[in-house]
Amino acid sequence: MTTLPLQDVRNDAADDVRARKISRRATGADAVFEHGARAVGASVLVITGGVGLFLAWQAYPTLQRYGWGFFTETQWQPESDVLGIAAVLIGTFEVALVAMFFAFPLALLTALYISEYAPAALKPTLVSLVDLMAAVPSIVYGLWGFFLVMPRAAELALWLQRHLGWIPIFRVDADPDAAVWDASRYVSSAFCAGIAVAMMVLPMSCAVMRQVFSQTPQGEKEAALALGATRWGMVRAVVLPFGRGGIIGGTMLGLGRALGETIAVLLIISPAFEIKPRILEIGTNTVSALIAGRFGDASAAQLSALLAAGFVLFLITLVVNTIAAVIVNKSRSGAGTDA
Amino acid sequence: MTTELHADPTVGTTHLPAHDDDTAPPTPRPSLGRPSPDERFAGIGSWVAGLALAWLLTQRMLPLEGVAWFLVAWFLCGLAVTAVTAGMTGGLVEVRDRVAGAVVTCGALVVGAALVSTLVFVVARGWRPLMHLNFFTDDMAGVGPKDPFDHGGVLHAIVGSLIELALALVVTLPLGIGTAVFMTEVGGRFARVVRTVVEAMTALPSIVAGLFVYTVLIVTLGYPRSGLAAGMAIAVMMLPIIARAADVVLRVVPGGLREASLALGASRWRTVWHVVLPTARPGLATAVILGVARGVGETSPVLLTSGAAAFLVTNPSDGVMNSLPLYIYSTVRSGEPAAITRAFAAATVLLTLVLVLFVTARLVARPRGNRRTLRSRLAPSGGWRNRGYDIVRADPLVEMGPVLPADPDNHYPPTSTEENR
Repeated sequence: MTTLPLQDVRNDAADDVRARKISRRATGADAVFEHGARAVGASVLVITGGVGLFLAWQAYPTLQRYGWGFFTETQWQPESDVLGIAAVLIGTFEVALVAMFFAFPLALLTALYISEYAPAALKPTLVSLVDLMAAVPSIVYGLWGFFLVMPRAAELALWLQRHLGWIPIFRVDADPDAAVWDASRYVSSAFCAGIAVAMMVLPMSCAVMRQVFSQTPQGEKEAALALGATRWGMVRAVVLPFGRGGIIGGTMLGLGRALGETIAVLLIISPAFEIKPRILEIGTNTVSALIAGRFGDASAAQLSALLAAGFVLFLITLVVNTIAAVIVNKSRSGAGTDA
Repeated sequence: MTTELHADPTVGTTHLPAHDDDTAPPTPRPSLGRPSPDERFAGIGSWVAGLALAWLLTQRMLPLEGVAWFLVAWFLCGLAVTAVTAGMTGGLVEVRDRVAGAVVTCGALVVGAALVSTLVFVVARGWRPLMHLNFFTDDMAGVGPKDPFDHGGVLHAIVGSLIELALALVVTLPLGIGTAVFMTEVGGRFARVVRTVVEAMTALPSIVAGLFVYTVLIVTLGYPRSGLAAGMAIAVMMLPIIARAADVVLRVVPGGLREASLALGASRWRTVWHVVLPTARPGLATAVILGVARGVGETSPVLLTSGAAAFLVTNPSDGVMNSLPLYIYSTVRSGEPAAITRAFAAATVLLTLVLVLFVTARLVARPRGNRRTLRSRLAPSGGWRNRGYDIVRADPLVEMGPVLPADPDNHYPPTSTEENR
């Protein structure tokens, strides 16, 4: 004789088969986790966003007081209430462009060497070395630039002035053919600072470029070689077109870093508030060096002006970095073609 | 018309092309593998010949003095001889290939030489104070800039750096990793806002972060210049960097691992704690250590906020405190030769500290079960061929740069269901 289980007998026909209720609502520890994580995220949003908002809020009274003159005035004379960032902004770009002039070709060649030319056994070590180069503190590059490079750079500047002095940016207000050349006119320039900054931005650009190069579809590279291309032919026909976004993006990312660099520049330059296209001549200034040099004796209004200058610098860096990120991410659109 | 056409002798005859595209090239393409002895001889010989030519040009023929001119001449002559030797055995294609290869290699060599010159130069100018033990056990209290090296040291700067860094880490470690967990594991519209803001703030120049803390903490709130203020300045600078790097690391944890854990009945909290974070642990450690290496070497935030003490301070809330980068900067600025030598010695200490952190990051990030050689330890994990295995590695530079998007199929939680709550 078979007995039916009791539960079955007791059950109504109405709710015999019903799916377990599914809920995405977190309960118990999950709810704590979710809300805790949300709280941490919110606090970080408040902190980081707060910095940006604070800068904007502090910049407002300055812009209200000096108006557009803040961007066109070259002098920074708090005692006579004349403040402007035209000269330091131009100086910032001069130093950054000199840095990119040196860093871009070297970063590109190094990235190509590591990804295409170096022996396979050496590659990981080389990648580590580039990363190590990025980790070296900027003050160390500042010392290197000030004590080792600057005397040599001055000789190079003299040579450039002698032979290319008719180009306005290579002019220096000193006699190049004097019996004893005036070395002090050729040091502490945007050119010297740019060389030190180049060492800082180079590893960063190089790493981004190398990463994009290394994502080149292997099949297309092999196809180029199979069709009889030499190594350089393969690089020119496949790797460089594929990595164009990485080249541009990495360069702009380096530019963003170069614009904000402080301590090496502060160590090398001698401050001058003047719009000066002559990059080889002593004296220039950048926004970050201005902040570092002038914060100590600043009154409340001047501090607000410094914050406004910092805010402008932040906005420029932000725009450059955002464009770089968009370009690098877009460049990967063809990455899936490797079969 | 027709007669002219018939008069043309070429009509109706066939000409073989003078150049046949299908024939093999007159000389075989150089193989991509190991160079043959001939190729190696031509390669090395070209540069030796370039060296001799450069010596002839700069020392005997043209008024070009100095090592720099010699190197430039060597480079140009080497390239020329390389082009000629390549042209002797092949055509224009081979010439271009060899010259391009030589230029690329020389570019990499220049960068390597610059790095080596930086490290060697700093150590060479700063080794003498390091020979005295008191450099590591004394501070600079009562020591003048001209005093001999057996007086005074940088203990106060080392201790100050470590204290400020520890303070910054106490703030950034939980907040940074917590935010990364929030952005990847919880998700939602709010997380996207947080991610956008955090990514934007990585562009904040470090000097502006320092100025922010200086204005808020020191000028507005009247807090004295101290190690605590410096720690906060470093934290403001490091927080977006670490949050973003940790986000990159967590995003490449395969979604399959999470789904397996959830399918076994684990809660989301358990999944994060027992699956996601342990998987990403080496990568997270790398991200944090490299953030620390960046923070310890950054001078501009501490320049504005800590003040430079010449004596040992261990209480971070008690007045001015020194740190290694600040000590280097202020000592160099004094202009005294002995002081500058001290600054170089301190820079050597700072470099060693960064190097130790860097090697630690590499050791932590190495793949498990692959601990054979020293080189494989120092090398980045994952290797070149299998990018799919990059789970454990946060690229130290990509964390500052654009985030290369992770595989969309592996992403968790699935974006389409994020709002169904």
